[in-house]
Amino acid sequence: MSWETVIGLEVHVQLRTAEKLFCSDGTVFGAAPNSQVCPVCLGLPGALPVLNGEAVDLAITAALGLDCQVHEVSVFARKSYFYPDLPKGYQITQFSEPLATEGVLAVRSAAETRPIRIRRVHLEEDAGKSIHDRVPDATAVDLNRAGVPLIEIVTEPDLRTPAQARAFLQELKRTLEYMEVSDCNMEEGSLRVDANVSLRPEGAEAYGVKTEVKNLNSFSAVERSVVVEVRRQTAILEAGGKVVQETLLWDERDGTLRSMRSKEESHDYRYFPDPDLPPLRLQPERIRGLEAELPELPARRRTRLMEEHGLDGRDVEVLIASRSLADYFEALVAIVGEAKPAANWIKGPLLKEANRVQRSVEDLRIPPRALADLMGLVDDGTVSGTMGRTVLGQMADSGKTARQIIETEGLSQVQDSDELNAWVEAVIEENSEEVERYRSGETRLIGYFVGQTMQKSRGRADPKALSALLRNRLDK
Amino acid sequence: MTGIASIAEAVREGRVDAEEPARAAVARLHEKNGGPQGLNAFLAALSESEALALKVSSDGGRLSGVPVAIKDNLATVGFPTTCGSRILEGYRPPYEATVVKRLREEGAVIVGKTNLDEFAMGSSTENSAYGPVRNPWDPTRVPGGSSGGSAVAVAAGIVSGALGSDTGGSVRQPASFCGVVGVKPTYGRVSRYGLVAFASSLDQVGMFGATVADAAELLQVVAGHDPRDSTSVDLPVPDFSEERDTGAEGLVVGVPTEYFGDALEPGVKASCQAALDVLEAGGAQIREVSLPNTPYALSAYYVIATAEASSNLARFDGVRYGARDSSGKDLGEMYERTRTAGFGREVKRRILLGTFALTAGYHDQYYGRAQRARGLVSADFEAVFGGGVDVLFTPTSPTVAFPLGERVQDPLQMYLADVFTVTANLAGLPAISVPVGVSDGLPVGGQLIAPKWGEKTLFRAAFALEGAVEAG
Repeated sequence: MSWETVIGLEVHVQLRTAEKLFCSDGTVFGAAPNSQVCPVCLGLPGALPVLNGEAVDLAITAALGLDCQVHEVSVFARKSYFYPDLPKGYQITQFSEPLATEGVLAVRSAAETRPIRIRRVHLEEDAGKSIHDRVPDATAVDLNRAGVPLIEIVTEPDLRTPAQARAFLQELKRTLEYMEVSDCNMEEGSLRVDANVSLRPEGAEAYGVKTEVKNLNSFSAVERSVVVEVRRQTAILEAGGKVVQETLLWDERDGTLRSMRSKEESHDYRYFPDPDLPPLRLQPERIRGLEAELPELPARRRTRLMEEHGLDGRDVEVLIASRSLADYFEALVAIVGEAKPAANWIKGPLLKEANRVQRSVEDLRIPPRALADLMGLVDDGTVSGTMGRTVLGQMADSGKTARQIIETEGLSQVQDSDELNAWVEAVIEENSEEVERYRSGETRLIGYFVGQTMQKSRGRADPKALSALLRNRLDK
Repeated sequence: MTGIASIAEAVREGRVDAEEPARAAVARLHEKNGGPQGLNAFLAALSESEALALKVSSDGGRLSGVPVAIKDNLATVGFPTTCGSRILEGYRPPYEATVVKRLREEGAVIVGKTNLDEFAMGSSTENSAYGPVRNPWDPTRVPGGSSGGSAVAVAAGIVSGALGSDTGGSVRQPASFCGVVGVKPTYGRVSRYGLVAFASSLDQVGMFGATVADAAELLQVVAGHDPRDSTSVDLPVPDFSEERDTGAEGLVVGVPTEYFGDALEPGVKASCQAALDVLEAGGAQIREVSLPNTPYALSAYYVIATAEASSNLARFDGVRYGARDSSGKDLGEMYERTRTAGFGREVKRRILLGTFALTAGYHDQYYGRAQRARGLVSADFEAVFGGGVDVLFTPTSPTVAFPLGERVQDPLQMYLADVFTVTANLAGLPAISVPVGVSDGLPVGGQLIAPKWGEKTLFRAAFALEGAVEAG
């Protein structure tokens, strides 16, 4: 029998707020343990939560960006369980009446564009962190993260392959980043994913028994763990067995899954509405206002860039990777007028520099105007393309303009024939053996001579003029 | 003792040293509180030397120099906050409850923390881990609860006023048993920030005074919106004593028949009837009304209160503060042993009941139904008040103070002591208990209930009732 894979995702995203969800402590990552705490997030007796309006706005924005219906009334509920990093013995979340439902986000692949339905988006507070390896024979608890605002995004089981799950997460992350609702930094835990996986016979309608895969620290881990889980479930079903509903933990080191708890051991969270927080009531104007402020999201921008600039899908995929990069591209096109060279400069040299100095493009100290100037200097032959890339590197390092660098370093392209001639003569003199071989028919050595001469000129020679000059001289 | 307003005035005008009223209160406290026959109303208090070292400003606060006692479930800087529980032994809050802060800002002196049923769960103050409180009218009887210590502190003349908390009657019922005035404001009128939660949707800080005027004065100071409590409401605070001298003339007083049934002790019934007669003589219109869903109130209350309590008390886990028993082999045993040793019987009973009520599969049958019953009880009140009734009058409790030990082994009998008071909490209404007589040498309280935010009318009626009872 052939089996269809069914995947649903639960994604926790930390909202980019200055303060926590129910108190005014900071949310800085990496702060000294327990330095961002107060009676509220410590769960001291008598302390009460007060909802952070900024977090609500970000959550609404995220929900709108995922095409959800944002509800004018939603309810905070308590989810009860005991754990040392959960100060109140319950987490404040939303349960039966979430902030938003019924959204959709399309995931693209070469073959198709597939709409993935979003079941719900709700607000909740994060727990603290238990650290088991800091203090010998004891668990240390850091409550800086307790109370940090999260949204949980739950998809319908609409994903059909592990690769699709990964592509969906990439698009989701990009979409959230465009809206600036979250840093989406997986290493710092501001984006966390659990995957629900089940199989059903091809063509069947009813879903099979699902398992939940946790502890996924990267999109690649999501893809790889689901592959492993699908293989495991397939083997069980093929052998006539039954999949057991359980929670599995992904082990990144050896690429295996192990059972964390079965359905029988699952918690009864005893949800009930939090009596400390009145229902969250949103004025329709507030929702409309946030909707009006939504930026252009990746899906739309992708289409527009392709249509307006005639770029191919590959180029566009690189350029829309982040909102700032796409903005950079469009600003550059506005100056230089042509899309293709702008795209090429960004995709190649600019991103290479950004990668080299480990900064984002907007932090590179090379605004679009500066790159446009450099492109102009290459176009008019002041420097060669190769030299242009070198200059770009120095721009990234120094923050100076291309013109300043070319002038102070004397890098402008040399077309003056006296100077060129002098280098050519020197090279011919130093390479008499190669000259002989060239003259006896090994004309492909011309490249060698150009290279030698360029080296002598420290890259400043105009390679076109040079190669004509060399040919002329050698063919004599 | 003189009233709160006159003490504060004497201090402001320099006729009395600002420290004097508090020092005298501390002296009375230490004289009456301790020892085998002592009242045991205070769990912590200023010592006599601390009282001597007190520096009190006389510069104009509304409560200048007024000695006040605080129920030990309100976070108070400078004292431990135990909630009458072993599990909070040694816990000293690093922050102050909004109500305590507001009292201090108006010049009040906090002289001590009062004894209570553990986590405010009880109706006799016998559930305290630190021993029961005695009723000053008869030391063999309970003071009521759970705010028994605060009621006694006022009844025994130790302090001019005290704060308690009222989840199902915990201010009004002990006020009734101790012959003082106890008020529970409208839910949301007073901040709960710093009040250790028992049942968050029912809890409200309440006030005790020897007179209606004293209770009104304390409420005047602590009432009003607090941005730290999302359930406190941003409404203007009226002058609660404005209609102090208006009297009963024209007041429509509803008397719900459901509160005058067979459970009522004859002596209590007689005192209440006498109070109604004098009110009527004073020009009030007494109207018999019906609140037909009253029979569901007590059960609904105990389901909702225990459900919320089971969640509110989850934070007492031995991890961050209070007592911890780490003799077990793992985390689970740490929780189990800490909570087993830390909580008393009644608290454990309620946590278990509440946990059950919220369990998947039973949730709707218990918690869901209780919430629907709560809606019906509220609707009863709305209908009556909508029909032209200004305030309702009922007995505060079916009985006078009962003997210590009588009901400890019978939780259902104990719960019945709240049967007339839980309804105001379920509906979020303001209510007050005013002494209306004495039966067999023990005080009887009458309860007035007003519509939401109707404290002004509530106090008008309370002043009238108090005056009528004194005159009658």
